[in-house]
Parts: sequence; C-alpha cells; structure tokens
Amino acid sequence: MSEIVVDMVKIVKNYQIAEQEIQVLKEIYLQIKQGEFIAVLGPSGSGKSTLMNIIGCLDTPTSGEYFLAGRKIQDQNEKTMARIRNMEIGFIFQSFHLLARQTALRNVELPLIYAGYKQKERRIMAEAMLEQVGLSDRSAHFPNQLSGGQQQRVAIARALINNPTILLADEPTGALDQKTGMQVLELFHEINVQGRTIIMITHDSGIAKQAKRVVNIIDGIVSEGGLNIA
Amino acid sequence: MLKEILMMALDNIIGNKMRSFLTMLGIMIGVTSIIALITVVQGVTGEVIDRFSEMGAGKVTVQAYGTALKAGLNENDIADLSAIEYVSGVSPTVSLSSTAARGSKIFEDINVEGNNEIYFENNQDTIIQGRPLNVYDMSSGYSNVCIIDENIADELFWGENPINKQMYLGGQNYTVVGLMESETNFFRQNTGRVKIPYKNALRLSDMANIMNIEIYLYDANDTEIANYEIENVLNAAFNYTEDSFNILNFESILSSMQEMQSMLTAMLTGIASIALLVGGVGIMNMMLVSVTERTTEIGLRKALGAEPRQIQYQFVIEAVLLSLLGGLFGALFGLLISYIAAAAMDTKFALSPSAIALGLGFSALVGIVFGWTPARKASRLKPIDALRSE
Repeated sequence: MSEIVVDMVKIVKNYQIAEQEIQVLKEIYLQIKQGEFIAVLGPSGSGKSTLMNIIGCLDTPTSGEYFLAGRKIQDQNEKTMARIRNMEIGFIFQSFHLLARQTALRNVELPLIYAGYKQKERRIMAEAMLEQVGLSDRSAHFPNQLSGGQQQRVAIARALINNPTILLADEPTGALDQKTGMQVLELFHEINVQGRTIIMITHDSGIAKQAKRVVNIIDGIVSEGGLNIA
Repeated sequence: MLKEILMMALDNIIGNKMRSFLTMLGIMIGVTSIIALITVVQGVTGEVIDRFSEMGAGKVTVQAYGTALKAGLNENDIADLSAIEYVSGVSPTVSLSSTAARGSKIFEDINVEGNNEIYFENNQDTIIQGRPLNVYDMSSGYSNVCIIDENIADELFWGENPINKQMYLGGQNYTVVGLMESETNFFRQNTGRVKIPYKNALRLSDMANIMNIEIYLYDANDTEIANYEIENVLNAAFNYTEDSFNILNFESILSSMQEMQSMLTAMLTGIASIALLVGGVGIMNMMLVSVTERTTEIGLRKALGAEPRQIQYQFVIEAVLLSLLGGLFGALFGLLISYIAAAAMDTKFALSPSAIALGLGFSALVGIVFGWTPARKASRLKPIDALRSE
C-alpha cells in the first residue's frame, strides 16, 4: 500500500495570456501513495484546476517531472495521452458531464468503447458497475430523468469502469445539495476502502476534511497541512 | 470501433432531426437534379438514337451534286454501285412536287418520290394496302402506276377503295396500286405523298440524271468498308472532282449523336454538381456549428480516452452519413421525377445505375471533403478548454 502513484517533482506551469506570462504553478512537489484519499484545497485562482489537469494528463507542465504509476508523463504524443487517460484515470466533474442523449448504461460504457471492448462485454461490465453505485434499476434512464446525486453516481460508475489507478474528482459535490453531497462523499469512502486512490479538488474545507489527507494550494504553491489555511 | 462511431454519428443525426433534414436538403436537391437530368437526357436522346438507327442501319445515302460535265448519276453508275460486294441493292430517290387530281378534286403541292423496286424490298412496311412497285413497273418509264398516302386517298377517294382507280398526276393518268401511311411531319401536317417508278419521276421533273440514291447493305457492320468502295466508284464516276458528291452513312451520324449525348450529359452533370457543392457548404456549416455546440462533449470524450483520430472519424462519418442520406433520398426523388417525366413525354424510362452511383458517390465525397475541416477542428480541441466551456 505504499507504492507512490503520483510523483510530482518541481512542476512549473506558465500560461501566456496576451503579452504576459503568468506562472500558475510554482515548483510543486507532491507525492501521493496508492490507496490515499487526498483533498487538494484551495480558493479559486489558486492553480488547483491547473494542477488537476496535469495530474489527469489533460495538460502537460512547462517544466518539472511528473510520474504517474511509475511512468513519466512528458512529451507524450496525443494518442498515448489518450490511452493513459483512458486506463489510469477516472474523472469526476462538478457538472457530471454525462451525455444527455445516452442512457445511464451507455454513459458508463463510454470509456470501454475507447478501450476497445466489445458491446456484450461493455454491457455486462457497465451493468455491474451501476449496481455497485446502487443504480442498477436506473440503467435505461436518461440523465435528465435522474436526480443530481444519481447523475453524479452514474459519473462515478463511469470513472471506475476501466479500473483506473486514480480517481480524480473536481469539485464533485459542487452542484449538489449538502445531503446528496455527503452521500457522494460516503460513496468515495467506500471506494477508497476498497483500495482506490482518490484525489479530490475542492475549494470547500468542509468537503476537504472528509479526505484522509489535505493539501493546500495557494498562489501556485502546495503545502502539506491543515484545513486552517483555507 | 467503426460500429460504435457509426452509432454515435447516427444518434446525433437523429437527435437533431430538423437541422439534419435541412442540411440534407441541399445534398438531396443536388443529387435529385443530377439523377433526374441524366436519366431524362439519356431517355430522350436514347429514344431519338433508337429511332434513328431503326431507320438507317445498313443504309448509305448518296447525294450526287454532279460536275459541269455530268449533272448526276446515270444507270451505269447505279449498276456499278450495285456490283459492290457488300451492297444488296440501290434505289434512286427522285423528288419533285406536283399536283394530283380526280374529277373536280385537286390536291396541290404533293411530294412525289420516284423509287425502284429495291426501295420497297428494303422498306417492306411502307405499303398498308395494295401492292408495292415491282421490277416490271420500272422497265419502260411509261408504266403509270402510283402509290398514294392516306391523305390523298381521303381527299380524292373519300369513301372509296382507291386501289386500281385512276387519278391524274402532273397531268398524266395514273393507276393507284397501293396505299401507304401519311407521314406525320412536324412542319407540314397535311402534305400528300405519292410514290411512282423513278423513271416516271425523272420524266415528270424533266431531269436526265439521278441526284439522290439509297444504297442498301447486306450487313450494317460492313458500313465502313462499303463506304470506302462506294467512294471509289463515285470518284471514278465524277472523275475525282471535288464536292461532286456526299456520302451520308447512318453509322457516322449515330456515333456523332452518341458523342453529343455524352457531352450533354457531362455538361448537365457539371451544372447539377454546383447544387451539390452548395449542399456541401451547408454540411460544413452545420458541422462547424455542431462542433462548437458539442465542445464539452468532445472534451469529455477526450478526457475519457478518445484519441484525436477517433474524434475526427466521428465527425467525418457524421458528415458523410448526412450527405449519403441526402444522396439516397435525392436518388429516390430523382428517379421518381425521371419516371414521371418519361411517362409525360412518352419516352422510355431508363434506370441508369451509373447515374445513381455517380449521385451517391458524389454525395459521399462531398461529405468527406466538407466534413473534414470541422472534424479536424473537433479533433484538435484541447480537453481542458473543451471541458471548461460552459
């Protein structure tokens, strides 16, 4: 359980906005071990979304080294990056990002399509995963027929379907009321207990304290620590 | 994978029914016009060519203009032409205009044609009643027999059977031996026609020589070589004088007509393709809008592991599918229109597989060409930008 799945060494990210170069991440060092449930806590503009994008292989750092599950992520071509996102990372977004014209089942199947599974296999796997998040009776429903909490659970099922190394959640409760939000976090705990690494990005210290470990990010600098800073 | 991408594309087309339909409409109109134009043109010209070749296969027409010394062809020349091994027979055509009369009834401006028995042997369906002119009618030049058409029969022999009755033609007494159909002619509806032995016609017109002949061949496939032999005989007859004669064979006319048909088809296809091009621009427009609208979806798919190539395929296939569907409906409408047109114009409806293939092929091509740029744009979207866009 001590294997390091995320290892960031001196990560810097600059953005060119108009003429100005803005340093969003300033020499970040971050190690996350297998099985951790970690919250990255920071106010808006702190660079936490940028950090999440780099962790999720949606973006590459300007400098520094990033290892995901022992593999160095740098200058990979688009195809390899897509492969890594598909196999190693399960994304959960604030606004769920379910495809509106697809049923819950089809939404959960989506990563399997890109992983190259056949339709029959996909169906069986997706049904099993929906059952695990307690939605087996909703598999034929469309997103707009589901409550916010149910939609987020479909999204979680989708994130887990490819058995990823890390679950990467960006403000997973941001669009939910408090009670539903807590239910989602409880589900996170269950998933974490099964050994899955969860990285949760949030600006809400109340949410962050649900994690086992909290990392603060302010002005592009990460510090290990308490909830008191935010 | 292809199946999944196809499903996705179909999902999206069905999900935006109105928009998809309007986009397809452009392609539909293009393909409809291509198919309708091609089939109608081919139907009509094909009909003309068919009739033409029915009329003229295995036949060579010679117009003899003559020289200063020799005004036209004589009996010897005709005998020489008849002797060519590919030639089954030669019939002179001596045309003049005259007046027919019987009792107090007069029919003016009738077309009189002098032929020999060979003409009737080769045009067996000329006579509808009575007998054709035969070799005995030809011998003297004083055998005053004629074949009249129904117009003249109606005018001069109303209510009677004209066969073996007398009438006057150019002031001479003639016996009617046969009846032929009146010619329905676009320009002069109610002319009368009379056929008489060609020697009589020469006498009636005060001509010594024959200006027009029709040469019948044993086999239409020999037209080219027969043509060459005929030319030799005529060159000898007119002492190699330039422009002394003209040979018209139907094979060469036919081939130039077919050439014209394919030119016409190509031209009309070109014009109709413009409509297809406009349809393609419509597809491109819709795909660009679709990419912009679905930025989030594209970002999500990329975050979930879609490769840029897979995104590109999805959008190209969507464009091709739209275009092909348009093409398919267009083909159906085009065929319907050409079917109706064929029925209305009383020509035969020819289902042209090449036109359908062309229409569908073009529409698929249009989909690829005009779907490419929007699809490329979609595939190059960065997932972070895409996911942030709401």
